[in-house]
Amino acid sequence: MNLELQGITKRFGSLVANDHIDLSTEPGTIHALLGENGAGKTTLMNILYGLLQPDEGQILIDGRARTISSPKDAINSGIGMVHQHFMLVPVFTVAENVALGHEETKALGWLDRRRMRAKVRELSQQYGLRVEPDALTEDLPVGVQQRVEILKALIRDAQVLILDEPTAVLTPSETEDLFRIMRELRASGKAIVFISHKLKEVQAIADTVTILRRGKVVGQRPPSTSEDELAALMVGRNVQLRVSKTEAEPGRIVLDVKDLVVPSAQIVAPGEVPAPAVNGITFRVRAGEILGIAGVQGNGQTELCEALMGLLPAASGSVHLNDRDVTGSSPHERLRAGIGYVPEDRQQDGLVSSFPVSENIVLDTYDQHPYASGFALKLGAIRATAEERVKEFDIRTQSIATPVGTLSGGNQQKVILAREVGREVSLLLASQPTRGLDVGSIEFVHKRIIEERDRGAAVILVSSELDEIYALSDRIAIMYEGRFTGFRPPDVPVEELGLLMAGIDGSGTPGQPGAPGLDTEPAPPPEASSTESPDAPAESPDAPAEPPEAEAK
Amino acid sequence: MSESPPAPAAPPESTPDDKPGRDKPSFGRAVLDGILEGNSLVVTILAIVTAIVLGGLLIAFTNQAVLNAWGVFFSHPGYAIAQAWDTASGAYVAIFEGSIFNPHTVASLFHQRSLSVALHDGTISSVFNPLSETAVFATPLILAGLSVAIAFQTGLFNIGAESQWIGGAILATWLGYGVSMPIVIHVVVCVIGSFVGGAVLGWVVGFLKARTGAHEVIVTIMINYVMAYLLAYLLSKPSLLEKPGANGNLISSNVASNAHLPLLAGTNLRINAGFLLALACAAGVWWLMNRSTLGFQFRTVGANPNAARSAGMSVTRSWILVMLIAGGLAGLAASTVIQGTDFSLNFQSYGTYGIDAITVALLGRARPGGVVWAALLYGALHAGAPGMQSSTGVPVDIVQVIQALIVMFVAAPPLVRAIYRLRETKGGGPGQYLSKGWNA
Repeated sequence: MNLELQGITKRFGSLVANDHIDLSTEPGTIHALLGENGAGKTTLMNILYGLLQPDEGQILIDGRARTISSPKDAINSGIGMVHQHFMLVPVFTVAENVALGHEETKALGWLDRRRMRAKVRELSQQYGLRVEPDALTEDLPVGVQQRVEILKALIRDAQVLILDEPTAVLTPSETEDLFRIMRELRASGKAIVFISHKLKEVQAIADTVTILRRGKVVGQRPPSTSEDELAALMVGRNVQLRVSKTEAEPGRIVLDVKDLVVPSAQIVAPGEVPAPAVNGITFRVRAGEILGIAGVQGNGQTELCEALMGLLPAASGSVHLNDRDVTGSSPHERLRAGIGYVPEDRQQDGLVSSFPVSENIVLDTYDQHPYASGFALKLGAIRATAEERVKEFDIRTQSIATPVGTLSGGNQQKVILAREVGREVSLLLASQPTRGLDVGSIEFVHKRIIEERDRGAAVILVSSELDEIYALSDRIAIMYEGRFTGFRPPDVPVEELGLLMAGIDGSGTPGQPGAPGLDTEPAPPPEASSTESPDAPAESPDAPAEPPEAEAK
Repeated sequence: MSESPPAPAAPPESTPDDKPGRDKPSFGRAVLDGILEGNSLVVTILAIVTAIVLGGLLIAFTNQAVLNAWGVFFSHPGYAIAQAWDTASGAYVAIFEGSIFNPHTVASLFHQRSLSVALHDGTISSVFNPLSETAVFATPLILAGLSVAIAFQTGLFNIGAESQWIGGAILATWLGYGVSMPIVIHVVVCVIGSFVGGAVLGWVVGFLKARTGAHEVIVTIMINYVMAYLLAYLLSKPSLLEKPGANGNLISSNVASNAHLPLLAGTNLRINAGFLLALACAAGVWWLMNRSTLGFQFRTVGANPNAARSAGMSVTRSWILVMLIAGGLAGLAASTVIQGTDFSLNFQSYGTYGIDAITVALLGRARPGGVVWAALLYGALHAGAPGMQSSTGVPVDIVQVIQALIVMFVAAPPLVRAIYRLRETKGGGPGQYLSKGWNA
């Protein structure tokens, strides 16, 4: 089936989200749609899937014009879509989810579960999806849930499959798995539209790349095009993909964490005790260095950050900031003590989307001089600071009174950075600071983080993007199941890092995090669940104290 | 809170690609947001207009004369329509005359020989009586409405204005007749007492939510029952609040005249200092929410408690404090009734203040200025209703129906938009009104 979009235009008020876009797909190819957030990729795909109607232009299927006025029309025309946010019923099994809206029935409307399961199994085998039809959806990892979504499209006989930012939620290995599946689908003659803003992925998987910028097609390139050229097309100017930084000059110890244990909030069967989310972590961060914490999402990084911020209580262990014990301090006290916090989920934890930019910029200093005197807010001072920061951080907003929720993701993140970095912090705690951002914003955020380091702040960078870890870190700690499986210099080979992230140490034996002799910093013994691990305090603090070798490369 | 005009359109780089603000608000939260943020002023006004039109139809078509006229519609269509119009408009005119001004009393003013005579024989008073009555009815609604509104803005649903009203009333009444003090001091003591009485009950709700996670809606509803029966109990014991010799009538002694709120416009008009107190509280709440650090904290907690926590604010402390203030405001509402108009407390004094407070807060979109206007509207409907019944025979209950219709339309902005073919407001995004009120 050939699908062709001709001159698609979509306006939202004065904003042209799609401006005469032409696009065509052919069976057995993967067509990547590359563009920054807000370039109009999702709008275009929503038009194709019948969720939005174009103001101009037409959709041709096998050369004939068709009106797609609802997702049902799209499905009937052989178009399937996997949304960024899954549309699955968590308590249903895979087979039930796949069959939903497309149920197989026996006489009298009885559900034919056997046939449903068989069909799922068959399709799963055909495309190498490896999905168990009887598994409960909520128990499945994100990567597998995504495959269930793909199955849903396949069972409805989709010939064109739209994947909207499918890798945004995946770990590196899950991404590899997805690519394998995409290749199988391509081999069987499906056309795939792959929406992404990640250059490397597009280069790895696409047959053709169409680049969108501000609602327009700005070019079509083969995947062999250089990263720099693709990035320039996407952003509209030359972008530095790799931030340049000088060598770190670590100074005094800013943060000293000993045997930190944070209980898990996970709900388990009654009687069972969940393993702590952070299970005895010891490390130090010095002024002027960036400690990157690598690891697959969900290995305790979130809890570690929240415990460092005082948002989660520590079960045991200690946290010292600038030689002050802050183990039991509230978030407020820690902010005042000089921590800047860029939370993982900026919309959930970092911003109040209905508040104007100005109020978000003083969200954690609103009661401080000069923004308040006594109980009264100083609106003038708040406004002045906001204007200044908007300029300094190049926040693209109509005015400082614009609700922050209407800004793009990159600009929202700049608002958070402007707030956290705007005051002098001695420790910057940045969790997934560039998640979901486009190339231009990533460049900016990276530069600011390095500037903070050079100014003399200690920086902890938590990221599941290995590129980011490599680009910024002066030291890398690898986290797996609530522990650090090792510390490495930033020139560690990616294979070694991958093994450590999977909980396998350098020698290849699984399940033995922190085997002695390999790490620059010994992790606590496997079963150490509390403070009393006798050897750790004695030995561990050494590692950060010997920067020369670690920095040599 | 910023004084710059609302931003009309999204910036260029923001397109529908961007995911909207919060991820998954709870159902209650979503409903609340829809009501508080989804309404423009236009929608609110249209909701009122629609409710009045529907109320008019109801007035007309429950009237026997109109129904008889419509029975002969095909022979005398003009008569049927005229009859319906006359009935409905007559009722509304009566409400207007009872709540704002009555041309007849103004006409009689001109028949007086001089202004000083008019002043003495009460003609002037009767001209202003409707406005005075509107203000008197609006006063407790403003205060109780502020109580609900301030909690709304902090993300809490205060259903407990009723119990807080009772708490305030009990203290104000007891201090009003039980102790004797010089005139100004007595008034102030009773007013403060009513605030404390309400605040304690509000605090309990906030404390339970902060410490145990008990949902404020459940807790406040239960406390409403407890307080209603506690009031009846207190009023049934002569040793407690019961008036000596009341013989089980469940009524308290009258508060001392020293504790009465001073009248503002002579003895013929009921308008009293309570109205000024209510307006001052509205201004105070506006300042608190929009110009103070505490209000900033409240609004942040209301809009996104997670972000508030990350920014170092104490969410639980905000809940406790805001419920304390909200309870105090509802308590003050009782003070304006007990010390301003009723002067005694009976087991039904709390009437429908608790529910009316919620509707006033919703209609006023949880902002102080809006609450004042909404309370004045409701006050006017209340003030005009008895006159309407006596002069046109339309039952006073129709006013309740109109109030309910207003709230229904306010709560369903898409319905109003559909009726008037309005387009959903784009641009500024949700929450524009929460952060920048039209009173800012």
